[in-house]
Order: sequence, then C-alpha cells, then structure tokens
Amino acid sequence: MRLRLVKQQTAFDFFEKWKFWLGLSALLVVLSIASTVTQGLNFGIDFKGGTTIRAESSTPINVAAYRQAIEPLALGDVSIAEVFDPSFRDDQHVAQIRIQAQDGQEAVASDVVAQLETTLRNIAPDIRFPSVESVGPKVSGELIKSAVLAVVIAIAVVLIYIWLRFEWQFALGAVGALVHDVILTIGIFSALQIKFDLAIIAALLTIVGYSLNDTVVVFDRVRENLRRYKKKDLSEVLNLSINETLSRTVMTSVTTLLALISLFVLGGDVIRGFVFAMIWGVMVGTYSSVFVASSTLLRLGVKRDWSKPSNTDGNQFANLDA
Amino acid sequence: MLHIEGWKRVVIWATCALGLLFALPNGFYGQVESYNDAQEVGEEVTGWPSFLPSGLVNLGLDLRGGAHLLGEVKLEEVYTTRLAGFWPEVRNALRKERATIGAIRQQEGGAGELVVRIGNPEKMDRAVDVVQTLARPVASLTGGMTDDIVVTAFGNNLIVSLSEAEQLATDQRTMAQSLEIIRRRVDEAGTREPTIQRQGNDRILIQVPGLGSAQELKDLIGVPALLTFQTVVGRSNNPNGASGVGNELLPAADNPDLYYILDRTPVVTGEELTDAQPSFDQNGRPAVNFRFNTSGARKFGQYTTDHVGDPFAIVLDDEVISAPVIEVPITGGSGIITGNFDVAESTRLATLLRAGSLPASLEFLEERTVGPELGQDSIDAGKIACLVGFAAVLIFMFLSYGTFGIFANIALLINVGLMFGLLSMIGATLTLPGVAGIVLTIGMAVDANVLVFERIREELKTAKGPARAIELGYEKALSAIVDANITTFLTAAILFIMGAGPVKGFAVTLGLGIITSVFTAIFVTRALVVIWFERRKPKTLEV
Repeated sequence: MRLRLVKQQTAFDFFEKWKFWLGLSALLVVLSIASTVTQGLNFGIDFKGGTTIRAESSTPINVAAYRQAIEPLALGDVSIAEVFDPSFRDDQHVAQIRIQAQDGQEAVASDVVAQLETTLRNIAPDIRFPSVESVGPKVSGELIKSAVLAVVIAIAVVLIYIWLRFEWQFALGAVGALVHDVILTIGIFSALQIKFDLAIIAALLTIVGYSLNDTVVVFDRVRENLRRYKKKDLSEVLNLSINETLSRTVMTSVTTLLALISLFVLGGDVIRGFVFAMIWGVMVGTYSSVFVASSTLLRLGVKRDWSKPSNTDGNQFANLDA
Repeated sequence: MLHIEGWKRVVIWATCALGLLFALPNGFYGQVESYNDAQEVGEEVTGWPSFLPSGLVNLGLDLRGGAHLLGEVKLEEVYTTRLAGFWPEVRNALRKERATIGAIRQQEGGAGELVVRIGNPEKMDRAVDVVQTLARPVASLTGGMTDDIVVTAFGNNLIVSLSEAEQLATDQRTMAQSLEIIRRRVDEAGTREPTIQRQGNDRILIQVPGLGSAQELKDLIGVPALLTFQTVVGRSNNPNGASGVGNELLPAADNPDLYYILDRTPVVTGEELTDAQPSFDQNGRPAVNFRFNTSGARKFGQYTTDHVGDPFAIVLDDEVISAPVIEVPITGGSGIITGNFDVAESTRLATLLRAGSLPASLEFLEERTVGPELGQDSIDAGKIACLVGFAAVLIFMFLSYGTFGIFANIALLINVGLMFGLLSMIGATLTLPGVAGIVLTIGMAVDANVLVFERIREELKTAKGPARAIELGYEKALSAIVDANITTFLTAAILFIMGAGPVKGFAVTLGLGIITSVFTAIFVTRALVVIWFERRKPKTLEV
C-alpha cells in the first residue's frame, strides 16, 4: 500500500474562485508592503551597521539588570534579547545584545565592545562572548545595495530564461509569482519583526529558485498539453496540467519541508531565521505557482498552436529538448 | 528498449565511485587534517594512506570559530608621504630660480598635495615649468606615458599633486605591500590557514580560523608599526606648543602630560632592521632586542658617537616609546628598546618590527569573531538536523514509491556523497548557511526523481507495458527537470557572484547540489531501475 498525499486522479477546478485567490494574494501583497512601510524591517547589523554580541552565562540572563548596567555607557539604541533553544544545556543562558552604529564612526568601534564586555562581567562574572560581530555603516550600505541588486538581477535573469524557453506570457506569470513570493516573505519578516540580515537575502533568492522550479514544472506541462489538446479551453488545459502535476508538487514540497523543519527545530538558533524564511517561502512558492502564476497566465492568454513553429512568437530556444 | 549501453554504465558508476572517494576524507576529518598539516611542514606523515585523496571541505569561520576582519587601506596617506619626500627636490630646484621667482615657502596643504608659496607670483609660470621638469614618466592606463606629478598654480601658491596614472600605480604598490606585510605578520603569529585577500580597490579581507578574538588580530595588523630613531630637540608639557621648522611634537607613550620636540628627519628607521626579538633588560623588564643591517648600523654608530650625552627618541607610530640618553657610542649594530611593556606587548612589537611597517594605515569596516564552541555547537546541531531530515525524507520516499523509492534513496545517499566529494575537490568552504543549503538540497534532490516517478505512474495508465512506461516517464520528465533546475542554478550563480562571505558558501553548496542531484536522478536512479528491471522482468509495475 502506497502512501498517497494526493489522490490518483484529481479534477480540482483551480480557477473557479480565481477572483478570490488573486484577491487574497493582492491583499497579502498590500498588507506586506504596508507593514514594511509602516513598521519597517528589523534590519540586522549587516544592513544597518552596529555590533551584535552573543553572551553566554551559566546564570539566568537578567535583561533588566543588563540594560541598567549598559545604560551609563550611553551607546544609543541597545537591544537585549534572551535566546531560547531546545539544544541548549540546562545551565546555558544566551543573550543577544545589539548596539547601533556609533555616530560619526565609519569603522567599527572596538573600545565600545571592550567597555560593554567589562561592564557585563561585573554582573555575571562567568559570562562569555562566543561571538562578536561589528559592521561599519560604510559596508552595510554597500551590502544592502548589492543585496537588492542580487534579487532584482535574479528575477530579471529568470524572466529572460523563461521567455526564451516558453513565451512572454509564461515569463510574466512566473515573475508575477516570484515578486509575490519575495514581497510576502519580506512582509512576514516585517510583520513579525524577525531579524533581517544577509542570510535572509540568500533565503529570498533560494525561494525565488524554488518557486520558479515549481512554476516551471507546471508550465512545462501546460506547454505539453497545449500541444496535445488543441481544442480545449485554456482554462481547461491549465486545470488539467495543474491536476496532473499536483501529486508531484505536493511530494516535493513535503520532502523539502521535512528537511527544512528538521533544520528549524534542531539546527540551532543561529540559522533559525534563515530556515524560517525558507519554510515560509516553500509554502508561499507552492501556492503561488498554482494560484498566481497560472491565474496570471490565464488572464494573459497564450498562443495555442505549438505544433507549427512561428516566426513571431516562440523562438529557437523553445524546443531544445521537449 | 529499456537499455543503457555498457560504457555508459561504467561511466556512471565510475563517476559515483570517484565522487565518493573524494568525499571519503571528510569522514575522518581530524585524522586527515593532522595528516595534511604534517605534510605541509614536511614531517613524516602517518595516519592516512598517501594514495587516497586528502582534500577536505574547509569549515568556514562560523563553524570552526575564528576572526574575520575587513580593512580599508588609506591609500591617500601614501600620496601625502610621497609628496613630502618630494619636497627637498622641489625646494632645491626652486631655490636656483630665487632671483626670478622670489622667496619660497612650504605651506600646509590638503591631503595628497604639496603647496609652495612663491614670493613673486608674476613669475608663477616659470616656477611651474621648473617643478614640471622634475616629473618622471609613468605608464598611463591608455598605454602612453604621462608625468607622475601634476603642477598647478593657485594664486600665490604652487600646488604639486600626483597624476592619476601615478596614483593608480601607487595604489597598486601600496595594496601589494600591505597584503605582503599583513601576510607576514599573521604568519609570524603562527596561526593556520589564514585567508588574506584583496577585495575591490582598497580593501583587504583577513580571516584567521581559531583565533580567539578579532581584537587580537587587529592588534597584530591594525598598526603601521613605523619605527624611527630621532634626535630630541626638547621637551614640552603643551600639546599645542610650537615645535619650530623641521621639527615635530610627539607625545610620550607612558606619560600623558609629556611631549617631545623631535627633529623630523629620522636618524635611522625600522626599514633598516634585520631582526627583532623579545627579551628583558638588565632590570628584568620586558624589552625588545634589535639588530640593524650594515648601513643602519653605520648610521646609528656614527650618530651615537657624535652625540654622546644627548637624548635620542625611539618613536613607534608617532609616539615616543622611550628617550634614553646616549651613554656610550653604540657601534655594534644592535640595541634594545625598553619601555612600559608587558611580555605580550614586547613579543608583539618584536613580531611587528620583523614583519616591517605598513605603507598606510588600515581602517576596519567589519569585524566578526565566532568562538570555537559556538562553531562546534552549530556543527553538532547541523549534523543532527541533517540526519533527521535525511531519515524523514528516506522514509517518506519509501512509503510513497516502494521499490522505486528505495532507488531514489540510494541515489540520494550517493548525491550527498558526491556533493561532499565535489566540495572537497574544489576546496570549497562550508559555512552555516552552506549546511542549510545541503539540507535544502536533500529535500529538493528527490524532486527530479519525483517528477520521473509521477510521470511513470501517468504513463502506466496508457502505455503498452511497464518498460515503455518507464522509458516514456524519463523521456517526458526531462524537459521539466532541465528547465526547473537550470532556473534554480541561475539563481545560485547570481548568489555566488553577488553574495559576500557565508552567502557565497550557501550558493556553492546549492549550485553543486543541483548538479549532483540532476546527475543522480537522471543517471543513477535510472541505471538502478534498468538493472532491477532486467533481472526481474516484471509484467506489471507499481510505482
């Protein structure tokens, strides 16, 4: 007996409520943008400059006492948060301290760190600092620029690739789904105020890759079915293609999520934000390849007759191995 | 019909075997690491058979612990120094023309400028011409030759600055020198496998695994370590006091209220040292012993012979470390620097002096320290997560596809092996996001197999017989596999090009993971299926 997450033959109508799904996506996109604009992102030091210090002690972390001790140093905006993780030992108490970039300093200020370490040693003598990271404002500015550029270039390259291999309507559909995924991911980081750093950009680009992977598989089937069923409506063909690939879509999402969730639970707190972004991205990406990419394709319409090569629409890259 | 030619099978299995062979050393990490270390220093090597590959996946700083620094070299400082050194030449040339251009006087200039006030501004053209004749040719970017200096007139002032071509050439030299000196200093400190890289125009990235803190690294490379021996003209308590022409006012290192007035021109500099060692003075206090080269020894001997009874200053990076009185001429070419040191400081000073001084100062833009325990914690957590995720995927695949699931699982195991093999072969660095990349690849690697298996299921409904269904399944799933993976690979490539540090490591594992997973899905799983099919020759097929 095989485990089957999706019945052998499905005939869901994915476009019956397309207005609802596109509306929902649009709403989520708007909410994401609104959240990002109003409460902003909780930028890590990679993008904002400043210093983060990870402090470990065998006595419980007293955030208030730490804050009080650090206050007289006048370091500006200081955030102290206790970190919890199932993998910690019983006597392992971890705090994450973040200091803003000090005014008028292009470079990192090590004396500030030294001061802070001494101060904290007074309260918790056995305190250790397993990681200290400082990024100067100059570098963080450049990092944010190159990060934005990376995401934009990735989307552009994908747009061109899909356009070469399929048709422009497919490319727009896929990119619509990608932008949707990226915005929703940024949105949830803003809504939950999870630290947004360089690793999250890597996660974003992976989401771009994953979501695309999904979309391309559906589109590939659409292309095939368009050739096979020349008389059927586009919406019928799309529905059929999504249903045919549904089992695979679910399988792949589940295996990927299995791996990611084990990393989320067991992988330690250092990469938890990163893994969270990917889990969210896989879910959103799977959803969007069906409901955003295909709905967009349906709205845009598509050339039907794939059997005859046309000079105007497809091109020489479209049939490389199909 | 369902057939793979013999030579193809050989290639497929040979590739797998080779990949796994290269991955093998990672299973014995500590052993191979000490073997490699021993081999590097040319010791007798044991503990690892020499016929096996010994490449390892490097662990990034976030996994191994260590210090990371990004420094910016202040290139303009060198321009200023260069022009200051040019001044005597300019002065001599202009003095000969005193009759026409009048008295000349050096002015305070901006960075990278030498400013000279001309007594008779009407004859400025003449002054400019005279200074211009001092220019030396340099190769310019466009291939032709240009002058190394630019001379302009601004009111009464004649301004000399370096030409663009000369600035570029100077920058190249400064960066090369800085890298060399930093490398020497880090090597002197005896740490293993440091990474010292130039980044962009004026930046240097330094990563030293296993170092306790970035501060330690900064102490080692963050100071110019310019040592000079200078004549003491006088002392002062006023930090803003006048020092007089050709002199400079420098603070004492061990006394905040004391300033020395020194002759700007050094008697001897650290450039002329051949050796420096930490030691102790006659009172048992930490000190540094040094030795001059021949010309340095001669100059120093001459000077101390002429100035017995006078104080002279030992200056390090614009601070007077000590200003002893010359009691007897020092002609042996060696001496001792005493000051307010502890043992660690004297050791460091000796290291710095041996390695030489940096041509320009460094400003640190980014520093990261990760403790080795945190790195180890991350590795442990990553390992457990990998194993659990892996097991979950294996079980899930078996439950979903039965026998075919087992084939996919074997392929997945080979896939991870190949990934480590490739990573070791290219000497890639595994970072924490890289570990996440591996876990993600484990999840995604089965995708190609899933695509094929689902397709086979579909084809079984219509095709004639299982062999045809399998064949069609592979054939028709191929375009989806190729398109899906190429697009993901493109994003990995962009990440690699645009990303910094740990993100790059993630991109590498992701990219390699895509290559190996496509290989294993298209070739390895297929070969397994074909072998199975040839033996069993099933009449019906359940996938």
